[in-house]
Amino acid sequence: MKKAFKIFGLVIMAVIVVSVFAGCGSAPKAQLKVYNWGDYIGEGVIEEFEKRYNIDVIYETFATNEEMYVKIKGGGADYDVAIPSDYMIERMIKEDMLEKIDFSNVPNYKYIDERFKNLPYDPNNEYSVPYMWGTVGILYNKKMVDEPVDSWKILWNEKYKKQILMLDSSRDSIGVALKMLGYSLNTRNMDELEQAKEALIRQKPLVLSYVGDEVKDMMISGQAALAVVWSGDAVYTKRENPDLDFVIPKEGSNMWVDAMVILKGTKNKKAAEQFINFMCEPEIAFRNTDYIGYSTPHTEAKKMLDPEVLNDRAAYPTEEDLKNCEVFEALSDVIKEYDRVWTEVKAAR
Amino acid sequence: MRRTYYAYPYLVWMAIFIVVPLFLLLFYTFTVTTEEGIRFTLQHINRIWEPIYLTVLLRSILLALICTVICLLIGYPVALILSGKEYSQNKILALLFVIPMWINFLVRTYAWMNLLGKNGVIDMVMNFLHLPSLQLLYTDYAVVLGMVYNFLPFMVLPIYSVLTKMDKSIIEAAQDLGADYITVLKRIIVPLSMPGVISGITMVFMPAVTTFIISRLLGGGQYILIGNLIEQQFIVVGDWHFGSAISFVLTIIILITMGIMRKYDKDYEGGAIW
Amino acid sequence: MVGRVIKRIYLYLIFLFLYAPIVLLVVYSFNESRSMGRWRGFTLKWYAELFKDTEVLRALYNTLAVAVLSAVIATVIGTAAAIGIHEMGRIKKAIVMNLTYLPVINPDIVTGVSLMLLFVFTKSFTGIGLGFFTMLLAHITFNIPYVILSVMPKLKQLDRHIYEAALDLGATPFYALRKIIIPQIMPGIVTGLLLAFTLSIDDFVISFFTTGSGVSNIAIYVYSMARRGINPKINALSTIMFVTVLALLLIVNKRVSKDNPKPKEDMR
Repeated sequence: MKKAFKIFGLVIMAVIVVSVFAGCGSAPKAQLKVYNWGDYIGEGVIEEFEKRYNIDVIYETFATNEEMYVKIKGGGADYDVAIPSDYMIERMIKEDMLEKIDFSNVPNYKYIDERFKNLPYDPNNEYSVPYMWGTVGILYNKKMVDEPVDSWKILWNEKYKKQILMLDSSRDSIGVALKMLGYSLNTRNMDELEQAKEALIRQKPLVLSYVGDEVKDMMISGQAALAVVWSGDAVYTKRENPDLDFVIPKEGSNMWVDAMVILKGTKNKKAAEQFINFMCEPEIAFRNTDYIGYSTPHTEAKKMLDPEVLNDRAAYPTEEDLKNCEVFEALSDVIKEYDRVWTEVKAAR
Repeated sequence: MRRTYYAYPYLVWMAIFIVVPLFLLLFYTFTVTTEEGIRFTLQHINRIWEPIYLTVLLRSILLALICTVICLLIGYPVALILSGKEYSQNKILALLFVIPMWINFLVRTYAWMNLLGKNGVIDMVMNFLHLPSLQLLYTDYAVVLGMVYNFLPFMVLPIYSVLTKMDKSIIEAAQDLGADYITVLKRIIVPLSMPGVISGITMVFMPAVTTFIISRLLGGGQYILIGNLIEQQFIVVGDWHFGSAISFVLTIIILITMGIMRKYDKDYEGGAIW
Repeated sequence: MVGRVIKRIYLYLIFLFLYAPIVLLVVYSFNESRSMGRWRGFTLKWYAELFKDTEVLRALYNTLAVAVLSAVIATVIGTAAAIGIHEMGRIKKAIVMNLTYLPVINPDIVTGVSLMLLFVFTKSFTGIGLGFFTMLLAHITFNIPYVILSVMPKLKQLDRHIYEAALDLGATPFYALRKIIIPQIMPGIVTGLLLAFTLSIDDFVISFFTTGSGVSNIAIYVYSMARRGINPKINALSTIMFVTVLALLLIVNKRVSKDNPKPKEDMR
C-alpha cells in the first residue's frame, strides 16, 4: 500500500512540476483561440503563425455552422476568430455577435477578388474576410453508379439503398431536398418545408449515414456510391481516387462563401487581425487552398495553382454550372422551423 | 465529539454543483422565453410525446432491454463458471474480466468500428471465405453488439461477487439430501444470486439507455437514441429547453427503474430468511 | 468431465470476444497501411505522428492535470465530509447520503448538461467560460461521492474508544483526529483517491459538456477523431491507453489484494 501511495505521490509531483514549468514557459505568450471547420487549413500554417508572432494558438474545429453558432451563442465558450459561412455570418451580425474588423490592420485584404466583396451577408465589408468558397453537389463513384448523374433525384433511388451519404448539417440537407422538389433553398413557405421534411424521412432508409468530414475517407475507400459533398472535398477525393466524379445537379444548388470573423468579446483583437492578415498572405493562402482543395477567393493564390485545378469544374465551376445556384439567407424569422424539421428528420426512422 | 461541520464544505459544494444545476434543468424544462418575458409552459414536455420522439424513447428503452437480456444470458453462466470449484481459486481470471471495464469505453467502441466497417476485419474474413459481406456497421446489430461488449463486465462482476460470497455448505446440504444440479441451481443458486443479478441489470440498463457514443460511432450519424437527441439539442440545435425536458424525462425513467429494482431487491431479502 | 470442457470452451469464447477487438487494435497500430483490412508491414510511424501532434500532448496534459487535481481536492473535501456525515444524526445523515447518491445514479449525460447549464448561467457574473476550470469543477463534483462512499465503511469500523481515550489524555480534537482517526481510515482514503483518479481519467460524457474554448482531454480527442472514421493514430493512442491502464491496474490490484483480499466492486 505504501508503494502505491508513493507512486501516486510521484505522479502528482510530476504533474505539478510540469504544470509549473508549462505555466512559466507560456505565461508571457498571448493566446489566440481559433474556431474553424475540421480539415480546413494547410499543414504547418498554424505553427508558422505561432512562431512568427509568438502567439499561442488554441485551435478547435466544428463540423457544422449550427454547432459553431450554438457553442458561441450559448455563451459558454470564448473564441477570438471563427470561420463560419455566409448565412451564419449574416445571422451573427444581426445578433451582434461579431466585432468590426479594423481593415488597416489587414492590408492583405487587397488580394481578395472583388467578386467576393460587398456580398449581401456583409454588405459594407465590415465584419468578414472571405476564406474559401464553393458549391454543394453529388460526389459519386463511377464504378458503382452506371447511369448519368445530373439530378438530386438519384439520391432517392432505391437502387442505391445504404450506399448514399448525406451531410450531417441541417441547412445543407434540407436544401438538397428543397432543390430536388424544385423549391428555393431559402423557402419561407411552411408547406414546402414540410414536403422537404417528408422527402428526407422517405429517403432515410436509403441513407448509410449522415456524415461530416469522414465522407472523404468513406468515398475514397469505396464504402458508398453517392455522397452529398462540399465542392472542395470533391477536389481532394478525386485526387485520391480517380473513380470519383463530382456534379452540380441541374436543379441547382447552394453556392457559399466561408469567411473569417472576429467574435465580440475577444480579449486579443490585435492578434485576431494579425491572424486574418496572415491567412491572406499569398503564400499562406496558396498553401491552404492547395492542401484542402477548396476554391480560393484570393487572386494571387489562384495564380499559383496548378492549371489542372483551375480547369476542374468542381473547384472553379462555369457560369453555366452556377446558373441555378442560390446563396443561403439567414432566415432568422423561420430558422426555428428549420431546426425543428431537422430534429424530426434525425429522430425519424 | 460533534464534528458535523466537517461536512459543511461538501454541503456547500453539493448545493452549488448538484442542486442548483438540477433546478436550472427544471427551470429550462418548464419555461419558454417570449417577447413578454419568461413564462411557465408544458410545451417541451408535451413535445416529447409526439410520435416521432416517443418512438426514439421507446427504441432506446427497447435496445437497452435487449442488451440487458443478452448480457444476462451470456454473463450469468460466466459468473457461475468463474465462481465454481474449478476456477474459484483463480484470481487472475476474475481480473481478466475487470480489465476491459477499465479501458476507456471510447476505445472499446472504436475497436469495433475497425471490425465491423466495410473493408474491416470481419468483412475481410467473409471475403476470404467467399461469403457475402455483412455490412454490419451502421445497423441495429452493430449498436447492440457495441452495448453488449461494453457492458457485459458490469453484469458478470456483481453476480460473480455474490456467488463467491455464497455459503457453499447450503449447496452441499442440498446435494446430500439428494437434489440434482438443476434443482440446486433453480432452488438455491439462482435465488441467492438475485441481488447480484439485480445490480447487474441496473448497471447494464442505465448506461445502455443513456448512451450516445455507441449509437453515434457504431450506428452512424443517422442513428438517434435518446442520448443523441439530448446531445443534438444542446450541441447542434441549441434548443436547451427541449434538451432539458428530455433529460428530465430520462432522469425520471432512471429513478423509476431504480425504485422498481430496489423494491424487488428488498422483497427478495425479506423473503430470503424463509 | 464433458461439463468441464464445455465450461472451459465457453470461458475461452467469452475472453476471445472481450479481447479480440483490443488485440486487433493493438496489432493494427503497427500496420503500415491506413486501412484496417490489410497488413502491409510493421511500422512505428503512427506513434511518431501521434507524439508530433501538439493537440494530443495538450489533451494528455489536460487529462492528467484534471485527474490529479480533481482527485486530490475531492479526496480532501470528501474525507472531511465523510467524517462530518458520520457524526450526523440519523435523519440528517439519510438526507445527505441520498443527496450523495444522486450524482452516482444520475445518468452522466444529465449530470453533464445540468453542469453545463450552471456554468453558462454563471459566466455572466463570474466571467469564467467553459474550459479547463469548469471541467475541473465538474470532475471534483462527480468524484466526491465516490470518495465518501469509500471512506464511510472504514469510519463505521472505527473504535471510538481510542479517540475518546486520546481526548481524556489531553489531546486536542484536531490532534486526535490527525493521529488516531486519519491513520485508521487511511486505506479508505487511498482507495477513494485512486478511484477518483481513474474515474476522472476515464470520463468522457461529463467533460464533453463542461469544456470548451479549445480545451479537450484525451477522451474528447479520441471521440472527435473516431467520429470521422478509422484512423491509425487513434489505434496508436488506444494502445498506449490500454497498456497504461493494464500497468496501473496491476499495481492497484497488488495493493488491494495485500490490503484486503476480497475483490472491490465498482460502484458505477
